[in-house]
Amino acid sequence: MKILVLAEINDGELAEDQTSKTVSAAATLGKVDVLCASNKCADASTKVAKMDNVENVLILEDDLFAQSLAESYSETLIHTISSYSHVFAPSSSFGKNVLPRIGGMLDLMVISDISKVISEDTFERPVYAGNAIQTVQSIDKIKLISVRTSNYSAVPLTGSASINKIDCKSKNTLTTFIENKIQTSDRPELTSAKVVVSGGRGVGSKENFEIIEGLADKLGAAVGASRAAVDSGFAPNDWQVGQTGKVVAPDLYVAVGISGAIQHLAGMKDSKVIVAINKDEEAPIFQVADFGLVDDLFKAVPEIEKKI
Amino acid sequence: MKILVPVKRVLDYNVKARVKADGSGIDLTNVKMSMNPFDEIALEEAIRIKEKGNAEEIIAVSIGVQQNQETLRTALAMGADRAILVVASDDVHNDIEPLTVANILTAITFKESPSLILCGKQAIDNDFNATAQMLSAKLNWSQATFASEIEVKKDVVRVTREVDGGLQTIEAKMPAVISVDLRLNEPRYASLPNIMKAKRKPLEEISPADLGVEMTQRLKIIKTKEPDSREAGLILENIDQLVEKIQENVGG
Repeated sequence: MKILVLAEINDGELAEDQTSKTVSAAATLGKVDVLCASNKCADASTKVAKMDNVENVLILEDDLFAQSLAESYSETLIHTISSYSHVFAPSSSFGKNVLPRIGGMLDLMVISDISKVISEDTFERPVYAGNAIQTVQSIDKIKLISVRTSNYSAVPLTGSASINKIDCKSKNTLTTFIENKIQTSDRPELTSAKVVVSGGRGVGSKENFEIIEGLADKLGAAVGASRAAVDSGFAPNDWQVGQTGKVVAPDLYVAVGISGAIQHLAGMKDSKVIVAINKDEEAPIFQVADFGLVDDLFKAVPEIEKKI
Repeated sequence: MKILVPVKRVLDYNVKARVKADGSGIDLTNVKMSMNPFDEIALEEAIRIKEKGNAEEIIAVSIGVQQNQETLRTALAMGADRAILVVASDDVHNDIEPLTVANILTAITFKESPSLILCGKQAIDNDFNATAQMLSAKLNWSQATFASEIEVKKDVVRVTREVDGGLQTIEAKMPAVISVDLRLNEPRYASLPNIMKAKRKPLEEISPADLGVEMTQRLKIIKTKEPDSREAGLILENIDQLVEKIQENVGG
């Protein structure tokens, strides 16, 4: 068994939480190598080398990888990747974009969004928006696996892996990067935050969403949103929690004005404690909430913020 | 140019999936099935591209059981020009893996030579999120996943992608495979006259063997189970109690 983890690095910056939790999942099978492919790898590789259970860090420094475009994974790099028996990546927009393309190139299936490693060829993964958990066994010679990172904890930083450059000539004649519109925020990252405050359709407008943001800031929380809120333009797409958005599992999830559609629950029902505020006492969110308050959010949320 | 749109027949978005008692999968007998919502968005986009005069023909493809015909009729009623049904199974419970789907679509692409393939980013049943990327790799075409905006230019297509941190815009050389996200558009409903018209549009039926594709399965489904359920908790009486609960759980 030889295990590789693809580190997520965006324009030289390591997505530390996602990468560390992916290492954590992969390490249930043994020691791992980590591939850092980006335009700048110094910082990222230093951080990765400290992650427990990492044996070797492979660096591929090339401007082509700055935006992680999937076409940059050329045949030479695929050749390196195919010397492993297992390749793990986070089930983030990076992993979901790149890993199946590698699968297509090598004629391998991808085992998407696993929630548990059972053995070296058997894994659990949620299907039907988390309404069922499937155990699957792979017969592929190389297992390509993306990891639902909210199911894993970050690895301790007690390691000291060796760092080695690899040399692969890559080219991408197919796609060109134009621009990123990335929200910068002082708030914690949604997928790794200890506390998340989310708003739904009930919030009513983009301006009203400040109520949600105010409570989040008071709690040092990340801000999330239901699909309905994002579709209505109340909140940006990268705040969406659910089957097709982000999957979160914070210590505390506060759902405000969210009815609790199956697709939303799929993204947050593994949270430790769920608190729901909704004026409709029949709202399905109360079926999964540990603590519920039936009240008008416009009255309740500012008062809660004041009292905390 | 031609646009190819693969459409999957899945358990309807509004129907709750029930795990079969013997753990063999999800019960799909006598339940409402519909077009995968993401594929509907892909098809809608193809129709809009054609309406703007940037495409001549839209071909909808579905792979699965005989009943997928219904899904293709819906696609034709929405605005696809013709349809191809690849009958690859006689049991609706037999889900066909993205890798095999990509192999079948590759063969169809060689036959039909579309310039653009628009796919839903994931099927809401198996949630794999893989077909478009695998297909794109097999064809060695450019790929643009999770599209929330598509602009067809002369030789390239400009795509805004929904990524974890926000939005990313790229230009993909044509021919390209694009997988679409939720906010690209709102699919239209088929009108009654169009539903009638769709009955006369061509629907070709073929088998994977006709395309020279072998049906394989790389992932054996060992067991399907219900997730751990959460119990409904306490309904609190007032805001002070809620404040207390939040403070207890916020961890300092």
